Amino acid sequence: MIHLGASSSGVGVKKVLSLVTILLVSTIFAGIGHAKDVELIGAGATFPYPLYSKMFDVYNKEYGVKVNYQSIGSGGGIRQLINKTVDFGGSDAIMSDRDLSEAKAPILHIPSCAGAVVITYNLPGTPQLRFTPDIIADIFLGKITKWNDRRISEINPGVKLPDMNIMVVHRSDGSGTTFTFSDYLSKVSPEWKEKVGRGTSLNWPTGLGGKGNEGVAGLVQQTPGSIGYVELIYAVHNKMPYDTVKNKKGNFVTPNITSTSKAADTNLPDDMKVMLPNTDAPEGYPISGFTWILVYKEQNYAGRSEEKAREVVKLIWWMTHEGQKITEPLDYAPLSKKAVEKAEKLIKSVTYNGKPIMK
Amino acid sequence: MLGNDTSTELKYPMTLSKDSATADALTKIHARVKARWKSGFSESSFRKILYFAGICVLVLLVAIFLSLVIASFPAIRRFGVGFLFGTTWDPVKGEFGALPFVVGTLIVSFLALIFSVFLSLPTSIFLGEYFTEGGTPTFIKSMIELLAGVPSVIYGFCGLFLLTPLVRSLEVKLGVAPYGVGILTAALVLSIMVIPYSASIGREVINLVPTDLKEAAFSLGATRFEVIRKVILPYARSGIFAGILLSLGRALGETMAVTMVIGNSNFLPTSIFSPSNSLASVIANEFTEATGRLYLSSLIELGLVLFMVTTVINVLGKVIVRRMGVEG
Amino acid sequence: MKEFPVRKRIVADKIFKAVIILLSFACILPMFFIIFFITSKGISVINWEFLTQLPKPVGEAGGGIFNALIGTFMLIAISTLLSVPIGVLTGIFLSEYRKGRLVYLVRLSIETLQGIPSIVFGIIAYVWIVVLVGSFSALSGGVALAMMMLPVIITATEETLKLIPDSLREASLALGVSYPRTILKVVLLSGLSGILTGILLSVGRVAGETAPLLFTAFGSPFMDFNILKPVNSLPLMIFNYAKSPYPEWHRLAWGASFVLIVFVLGMNLFTKLVTRRWKVQF
Repeated sequence: MIHLGASSSGVGVKKVLSLVTILLVSTIFAGIGHAKDVELIGAGATFPYPLYSKMFDVYNKEYGVKVNYQSIGSGGGIRQLINKTVDFGGSDAIMSDRDLSEAKAPILHIPSCAGAVVITYNLPGTPQLRFTPDIIADIFLGKITKWNDRRISEINPGVKLPDMNIMVVHRSDGSGTTFTFSDYLSKVSPEWKEKVGRGTSLNWPTGLGGKGNEGVAGLVQQTPGSIGYVELIYAVHNKMPYDTVKNKKGNFVTPNITSTSKAADTNLPDDMKVMLPNTDAPEGYPISGFTWILVYKEQNYAGRSEEKAREVVKLIWWMTHEGQKITEPLDYAPLSKKAVEKAEKLIKSVTYNGKPIMK
Repeated sequence: MLGNDTSTELKYPMTLSKDSATADALTKIHARVKARWKSGFSESSFRKILYFAGICVLVLLVAIFLSLVIASFPAIRRFGVGFLFGTTWDPVKGEFGALPFVVGTLIVSFLALIFSVFLSLPTSIFLGEYFTEGGTPTFIKSMIELLAGVPSVIYGFCGLFLLTPLVRSLEVKLGVAPYGVGILTAALVLSIMVIPYSASIGREVINLVPTDLKEAAFSLGATRFEVIRKVILPYARSGIFAGILLSLGRALGETMAVTMVIGNSNFLPTSIFSPSNSLASVIANEFTEATGRLYLSSLIELGLVLFMVTTVINVLGKVIVRRMGVEG
Repeated sequence: MKEFPVRKRIVADKIFKAVIILLSFACILPMFFIIFFITSKGISVINWEFLTQLPKPVGEAGGGIFNALIGTFMLIAISTLLSVPIGVLTGIFLSEYRKGRLVYLVRLSIETLQGIPSIVFGIIAYVWIVVLVGSFSALSGGVALAMMMLPVIITATEETLKLIPDSLREASLALGVSYPRTILKVVLLSGLSGILTGILLSVGRVAGETAPLLFTAFGSPFMDFNILKPVNSLPLMIFNYAKSPYPEWHRLAWGASFVLIVFVLGMNLFTKLVTRRWKVQF
């Protein structure tokens, strides 16, 4: 006797199936119907991520435009912009000539703020340490391996340094923070420049990798004896200690908004592609850097609408003007007047079909 | 019920649509669609659709393989076979070698296998020989199957917050650099994840050992232990091996849990406490930011290597399982 | 031949049995640990706000997982719609044509597909869809997940249909029902429970997948129903929050893990119950 267990509810099953299918399909179509809503997608640097996430939240509340920024590292921002899968990229690294040629079209670097890369560490008693450029370079080169090394204790008199191994934590992803930091190290240590160089992804001589500023901060927080480099806000927010560094003019400078702004107060080129580390400014923090928004100069590519291009330009204009109010509460340095002027010129040069979008 | 349905047309009941006019309209539309369905579908076109579906799957696999190869081309052309043996992964200089990740993947996977066999083999024996029926064995079986259902990211999350501090204190006691993350941690997490694969196949092959073989041994005065050692295990040897192979295939490709606890270092690991990277974890970490054609295609070539290795191992395992007559 | 004293052998046998039992129970300990920790850390996070709100920017307390829940649902919807038709049809194909060159090749393809690591599917979906569409999207994530669901659905369909005796087919054909309708309305419907089980199992599997979504669905802090835009999902969110240094985000990750594990394990248990109740009996 054939007894089909399911057939007793045969009609019921069909009804359920059709309902489920209708539900699934309508979800999809409802989605497509919303395709016209403007949403901007950005990706890149983790350095300014706390700032951007607050900025875009405020922007969304004021203008209703959604800006979806994923912090995947400056390298990621550059890559996705080249692939044209995002509307703008975020990067603390200046794009290399090789990347620019792969992009096949000019890309503007518009600064959004300046920040400080700080050396953070995890030691019992969280002492406040001072470093000199050569010590930092040698730690990250793996040449100084113990915390109670003579050179460190020499410039930190009165601080009891434990007999622990120094464990270096660096970035595992393509990072503008790394770019800024390695720019500094290349400028102060010829050995670093030759062995490792400057870039977003490096062949680190030693150490553990963390993904994003968040990853490095997390690892240093959890690993006693470790040392790493992160953007200032990540150390402040997580109540982690950070360094005082000797700058080019011989002053020991603590990283904060003032010293970062002072470092940024130098000659700025028109295209704003300048690296700030090892600044000449006497009271400037030596490991500061700009972070940029990267956009294509000509916005009509891959079928982008003029409306979208206009939204991008409006966003960047807002970020460099009203948005600057958000920087200081989050320990980022706002752009100086000079920097804003240069940024305005760059924004006004963004075109759609050759015509500038913003007059 | 079969074949005559003019009287059992699906009528949209009132409960589904509130007024009779709509219900009638829907019924009419449904009838028209059905009529089309009835007359429009012939046997041969239906068979063609079936063939088409089958071919789609085949084409999909070939397309995946070809896409990987084509996208890896720049790296293949630049590095050739030496890619597999290069020890430097340096995006700044544009030098890419896969050896650190191959070694990392192999060490983590084999270590995980060793750890897991310690638990899965006894469990297979327990379920296949000692307690084959009943409430407790069913409970244990279900628990193990649930292990396979837990998402990888949750394993990683638990590994990062629960296991890493333990490993770190172990490292402190041993006087080794207390990273906490690294090959050992990844292997431990991975070993739990692959237990179900070898346990279930092991259980089935052990269960399949012919009773008369076992009874012959018992009648000769052997203890259970000796029967297991000398009759069951040798007989089920290839099946157990196949189960281990399948676990290996799974371990090699596991991404998220490994990425979260392996330490993310692109160097050749020097000890089981070293941070490292596996083929899958380096792709997960660096894919979205590979700037430069060569960098991206090197990562994709890593994916190609992963694809080929896991395919070979999995197919091998499945073939052996099928030979033993067990439904994997 | 060496003879071991009987007592020694019996003792060895008992010790062995004890060790086996111990290790077997040890085997399931991790499961208890995981469930215990996730529940204890996660359950306190669950409240109405958690389930219905969007995540807040960095540093602000509160926020929820609403967009991740919707995103997971959307991804499941897309991948199910893409994989079920082809999967079921291929399963029918394999059960109807039992032998032959093509059948052998298709079977081999399915076994291969099943073993491919999930991150490779992510690479493929990126190369095929993301670059083509020009942005990260739920669609590309759904495609990657669909490719992962296919083998399970096909195998479940084939195995279920193989169990249905030929006499059913032949009876239907003998009554004059056309071949397509025999297959679709008779054979398929009677095997529905097995096929549904396969679909539910694969849904449970992809609901927890992260790797293929890393560079396809991409993640998003917003709520979006548009399938051509990036979308958040529960596992993605857990991954991003777990590796951050913010304790508030860790809290959210435990809560999200609790929700996810309840869903996935619940799905597994549900399919077990369904299989037992709806088994096709002959």
